[in-house]
Order: sequence, then C-alpha cells, then structure tokens
Amino acid sequence: MIALSHLQKLEAEAIFILREVAATCDNPVLLYSIGKDSAVLLHLAMKAFSPGKPPFPLLHVDTTWKFREMIAFRDETARRLGLELIVHINQDGVKAGINPVTSGSRIHTDVMKTQGLKQALDKYGFDAAFGGARRDEEKSRAKERVFSLRSADHRWDPKNQRPEPWSLFNTAKKQGESFRVFPLSNWTERDVWDYIALESIPVVPLYFAAPRPVLRRGDALIMRDDERLPLLPGEVVETRMVRFRTLGCYPLTGAIESDATNLTDIIAEMRASQSSERQGRIIDHDGTGSMEQKKQEGYF
Amino acid sequence: MTALNVRQRASETALPGDGPANDDGLHARSLLRFITCGSVDDGKSTLIGRILFETGAVFDDQLGALQRDSRKFGTQGTKVDYALLVDGLSAEREQGITIDVAYRYFSTPQRAFIVADTPGHEQYTRNMATGASTADLAVILIDARLGLLTQTLRHSFIVSLVGVRHVVVAVNKMDLVGYDRAVFDRICADYRRASANLGFTQISFIPISARDGDNVTSPSDAMEWYRGEPLLAHLETVSIEAGPDLHQGTVLPVQWVNRPDSGFRGYSGNLALGHLRTGDEVAVLPSGKTSRVERILTPAGDTSHAAVGQALTVTLTDKIDISRGDLIVSAAPRPNLRRSLRARLLWTGETPLALGDRYGLKLASGQVNAVVTTLHHSVDVTTFAEIAATSLATNDIGAVTLDLDKAIGTLPFAASTELGGFILIDRISHETVAFGFVDEDAPLPATTNSGPAGAFGAVLAALRRRIGPAGSLTRSELAGLLCGNMLASLIPAGLVYGLTGSLSWALLVVAADLLLRPLVLGGAWAGARRLWRRRQSRNQLASENVLGDGI
Repeated sequence: MIALSHLQKLEAEAIFILREVAATCDNPVLLYSIGKDSAVLLHLAMKAFSPGKPPFPLLHVDTTWKFREMIAFRDETARRLGLELIVHINQDGVKAGINPVTSGSRIHTDVMKTQGLKQALDKYGFDAAFGGARRDEEKSRAKERVFSLRSADHRWDPKNQRPEPWSLFNTAKKQGESFRVFPLSNWTERDVWDYIALESIPVVPLYFAAPRPVLRRGDALIMRDDERLPLLPGEVVETRMVRFRTLGCYPLTGAIESDATNLTDIIAEMRASQSSERQGRIIDHDGTGSMEQKKQEGYF
Repeated sequence: MTALNVRQRASETALPGDGPANDDGLHARSLLRFITCGSVDDGKSTLIGRILFETGAVFDDQLGALQRDSRKFGTQGTKVDYALLVDGLSAEREQGITIDVAYRYFSTPQRAFIVADTPGHEQYTRNMATGASTADLAVILIDARLGLLTQTLRHSFIVSLVGVRHVVVAVNKMDLVGYDRAVFDRICADYRRASANLGFTQISFIPISARDGDNVTSPSDAMEWYRGEPLLAHLETVSIEAGPDLHQGTVLPVQWVNRPDSGFRGYSGNLALGHLRTGDEVAVLPSGKTSRVERILTPAGDTSHAAVGQALTVTLTDKIDISRGDLIVSAAPRPNLRRSLRARLLWTGETPLALGDRYGLKLASGQVNAVVTTLHHSVDVTTFAEIAATSLATNDIGAVTLDLDKAIGTLPFAASTELGGFILIDRISHETVAFGFVDEDAPLPATTNSGPAGAFGAVLAALRRRIGPAGSLTRSELAGLLCGNMLASLIPAGLVYGLTGSLSWALLVVAADLLLRPLVLGGAWAGARRLWRRRQSRNQLASENVLGDGI
C-alpha cells in the first residue's frame, strides 16, 4: 500500500475542492491575484480538469497599482495556458482619484480591491470564487471554512458558519448568495514553496532577489515601480538587492533585502526567517481584528 | 519570563520544530491531523499556542502583537497568554473563549501537523464535531484539579462518533496539584472506565502543564515519575494506521465527468477505498453495469496503480453512462445499494428534526432526498444511555431510520467515513442540519407501509438490488420483459391445462417458457436495447454533471 506524503494529501484535497465547485456551482471563477498562492491554485486547477481545461475563467481585480512585472506575468500566464482572463478595474474609484499614496492604504484597498471585487462578481454573476488564501496567513482566516458562504451583499458572518464535516461540502445556497472557496486552506507558506519547487511552477520574478530601485519609508523598503510614487523630502531611490515575500500594490508592499535568487535559496531563507510573510503587508496592521473586519465587509 | 526570553532559550537549545531556524531540506513527511478538546479554561488554546511557539511556528512580528494583546486581553497576569495566538475572532478575544474551530499548522522534521482547536462550550458542539471529523487523533484535556467532567465525556463521545480512534488524554495544570502522581493515576483510571465502550483503539495519558511547558515539548523535571514521552514526541511518532479494512473492495465516487472532447471520457474523484489498477474489472453503482479500467490519470500523470486518497480521473474500456454521484467499485465486494438507512444523526440545525419532512442527503458525491421516518431514541452524551425522544434539537444525537427517494451505495460508517458519513441539508434554509453516520449494512429492508412482505418481499428486494432503483433504465426494461413474458407464458400453459387437466404440467410449461423465451428473444432484445440506450445517453449527456434534483 502506498501512503501519500503530506504534499500529495494537500494536493488531492485541493483538487477535490476544485472539482466539487465545478460540479455544483453554476458560474465559478478563479480569483487570480498573480502571486505564488494563485500560481499554485491555477496549477492545481489545470491538473484537476486535465486533459481538459478548467471550466471557469480567471478574474483579476486590478487596482492599477500592481507591479508592472505582475501584469506582464498575468497576461503571459493566461496566454500560455490558453485560459480566459477577465480584468476588472473599479472605474468609480479611478474617477474619484483613489490611490494608495494620498487616499491611504485602508481606503485604497477598500475601494479598489474589496468594492472592485464585489462589482466584478455582481457584473458577471459569479456564484463561486476560488481564492488562494491559506488559514496559516492570519488569525481570522484560520477560522474560515473551505466553503465560505457570503450573503447577497457579500458579507461574511463568522459566528454563523456552516459545519463542514469530513470532505462533505454543503454547496446549496439561495439566489444571490455566493461562495468564496479556498482550496489551499490547509497549506502553509512553506508547503506552497515546496510545491512550487517540486512542480516547477512559474512565479513572478519579483519573488527572486535582484537589484531594484527602492526607497526607505518608515520601516519598509518600497520599490518605486513608476513615477506615480512621489518622493517625500529626504527620500532617495537607491538600487538594492531585494525580493518580495508577498505581492500586492507596489506602494503598500515592503521588500526584503535578500540574495535569494532561486527557489532553493528562497526556501532556505524562509525557514530561517523570524518574521511572518504578511509583515510586509501594510493593510493588515490597521488594528487587532482588522482583517476580520475587512472580511466581514467582503474582502476576500 | 517574557516570551522573547523563552525564544532565546529555545533558540540556544535548537528548536524542536522546523519552522524558522531549522532547515531540513525538501523531503516527504507524513501528515497528522489532530484535534484538541476540553472544557472552558482547561487550557486548550494555551497548549496549542505553546506548541506553535516552541516549534517555531510563531514569528517575531506575531510575537510582538501577542505581547501587546496579552496586556490588553490576557488572562495570565504579566505572563504571555499563548491562548491569544489562536483565538482569532474579536468576540473570542473579548470573551476569552473559543467559539469556532481554528486550524493551526506547524511541523517538525518528522511530521507536518494540522491542529483543529475546537470550542468546549456545549452550544458549539457542531463546531467541535467539524474539527474532529477530519482528525486522526484527539487530544482531550482534563484539568487535574477537576478530574473528569460531563464535558470530558461529551467530547469523548463526539470524537468517537465522528470516527476518531486514537486519543491522548493530557492531564493539564499538574503544577496546581503539586505534580501529584496519585491525582494523575486516579484520572487515568476514571477515564479508562468511562471510555470503555467508545471504541478507541489507543488511549495514551500524559501529565502536563501547558502554561509552564512541562511534558509539552520537553520532559518535566517536576514529574520524574512519568516515564512516557512528552506530548509532542508522542504526536511525532504515534502510528495512526487504520485497523484492518472492514470492507475489502474499491470505491471511487464519481465527482466530475471529464469530457473535454469526443475523444476522451473520464470519471474524476478521490479514491475513497481500496486501490485501483488498470485492467481491473469494475462495476458502476447504482446501474450495476460492469467494465474494465482503461487508464488512470493522477496529478503526476498516468499510472497503472492508484492508492486510496489519490485524486484520479479514470477511463473505462466500455462506453457506459456514468454521472456525478455514481460509484465506480470493484466487481466484488461492492457496497450495498439501499433505499432505507439506519443511522445516527448529530443534529446541527437551529430548527429541530421534523419527522416526515424531506431533507437533502449528501453522501460522497451523491445527493438524494431523505425523510426521517422513525426516531428510535436519542443518546445522552454524558451517560451514553439511550433515551426515548420525539425530536432532536441542536447538538442532540439520535438513532433514526431514513427513507431515500433513490437507492445509493453505502457502507457502515465504521467501515468507511466516505461511504458511511453524510450530511442532511434543509431544503429551504440550505443549512446543514445534521451529520449522519450509517449504522448497519443490512440488505434493503421491506418498506413499512407499501412494501411487500415475507419471502416474496425478500425476493423482490433482492431483485431490486440487482436491477437498480425505481425509474432506472435497467429496472424498467426488466420489469417490462418479465411482465410480458409471464403474460405470454399463460397462453400455452392454459392450453396444456385444458388438454391434460394437470396443473403440474401447466406449471412446467410456464417455467420452461419463462426460461427459454428470453434466450430466443435475447438477440432481438439486445438490438432494441442498444438503440434505446443511444437515445438515453444523448439525453443524459447534458445533465450528467448536475446533481439529481439538486437543492
């Protein structure tokens, strides 16, 4: 008898979840945020429906402030795999001039990401959206079910989640309700990197260390990806060997100084690290319970 | 001692975990899922928090937040409150209790672990059962000062009910009873006695102090009388091999029909039982049609041999109609097809069980409608006694009989979680109102009101089992064939009776006619059936990935 390794078990569980949604929901979509977790999720979706293609499109909610390399990688990935890619931008937010520099991280994220996502889900009538979120990322995520039911206005009710025994997912929902589905719920950051290495999954080059133009703002090293980020008095752009542990809007994503230019180095660096991957995310630190608050409002 | 000092101490002695600071390279590890349960203030969250911390699964920025939160919400005075690492919802932090299951992750060079930290409160039993359902092992905490509580018994019962067979009893707060061995021994004896009928295959007892770390990741200096392993070492090495398979067959529930083009027709699902090889003879339930395995596709590509748990897509050598909810099983033995189930229910719904109401029943990938016809009794979860009941409210457990509108293939829960565990879904609120556990594997019982009885009933039931559920293709074909034959046989039989006056001769003619006619008609019949099937399969293509009247 062959015993499955821990990664094989996680892989089988994720594929099961992907197929379950495809079979029971009318109009699923894969939230493709371009990062490493999305890369793994997409890779698993390709496997789940092989030799066919995943029976759902990819959706990217573009805040217009992503790293340029992310956008290039996104388009190339959709082309390489021959998948439909929907890009949605909250035009109301663009018209209102919302941006992470002057509007602040909280408003920018709410308008361009959370509201943008709701707009896109409503516009296309998606009733299930896959996300690459993992329970080890953040404490309120640790409490979320694999199938997370959202009301017609996309709210999450953490105190009234459906029990979810074994691998029996209750996929019934009322008109207007939808699911956020997390096939990578039980993966850790390390599992994601180990799997990327094992399966040679392409990821955005920003994860690997390279000389990049950065400035120091507070505790964070911010990469100046284009001219829209104004320099504050005394700030200078200098070239440093840096990489990113997570990817988001470039003015809100801190780089780390690193010489890890390949997967082996990244995995070794991660294991030696004393800080969590979300440390570089500025939006998580708005206060205790802030992620839970955002999720209740409809953030992924 | 502050958390950071503990970290420094831990770093100097090398962390037992392989989080930060331990680099063991990429290699295959096994996975252990466990659940911790106990009463309020037993120290569950503290225990998990400490394990996470000492295996290096807590990072410095999280530790900083923990120290801030400990001052704000902590219940440990000036000490770091590890419970705050796991109580993730605002309401939980404010009330200092665990409401919902929190899943946490850590690993050591030996194993990767998924911990379900579950609430102790009775009102959150369904959340506890959710966490327990995927666990290989349960850590049951008992406060050394208080001994066994009704909560302890309830948790043990639920854990046993959802299928956990390995238990660790962690007697916590040993520091508060002077590390007294007699206290520990008494609790062990009490627990052994209380859990004797719960079907656990292994129970280990460990005296700990979660707050101070005794026997959690390292042996306790204060309890030298305890010669066993600390908790973490036990979890790293404990064997969770399942017992001997109660059902020897293979079962692949069809989750998704994969038809990218006319040249490929695969059936996807995770192998629930047994193993599968190319060339194996298989049957499809409920239709009973047989074929052979042509190809097996796994996430790693084609294989000739698949193991239990793997996510597969298989193709068969024959083109037969298979849709989501069907089971691809070994030719023998096969799960029984059943229209009626004896089962236990753990009621999770807000509204109580209503006898006679229809619920959606989801088992493996199949979904049918079910009516609870009889509530035999409920179970007192602290004395395990059967008590008379007329309904089940939230968190109640009862034994019931369910009638199904279609036959499904099942096994007893004890033989297979996948083929014996189900959920009931309210058809209006869509709430998951119950977890179900198929109890026995008797053949189809005669239905209570309209069903045939006696030997004739048994023959019909056996026939029904052979030929599939009402409305199925095979069943209508066969029924038509039999009726037609019987009527046709009466003509020559009547003739013989008229001529000879002998009833036995006439019966002989009927029997011979019934036996021989199918042989003669067989060829013509097979042709007609092929045509019929072709039409039927066209109709079915559109609907095969849709659940039967889905709710």
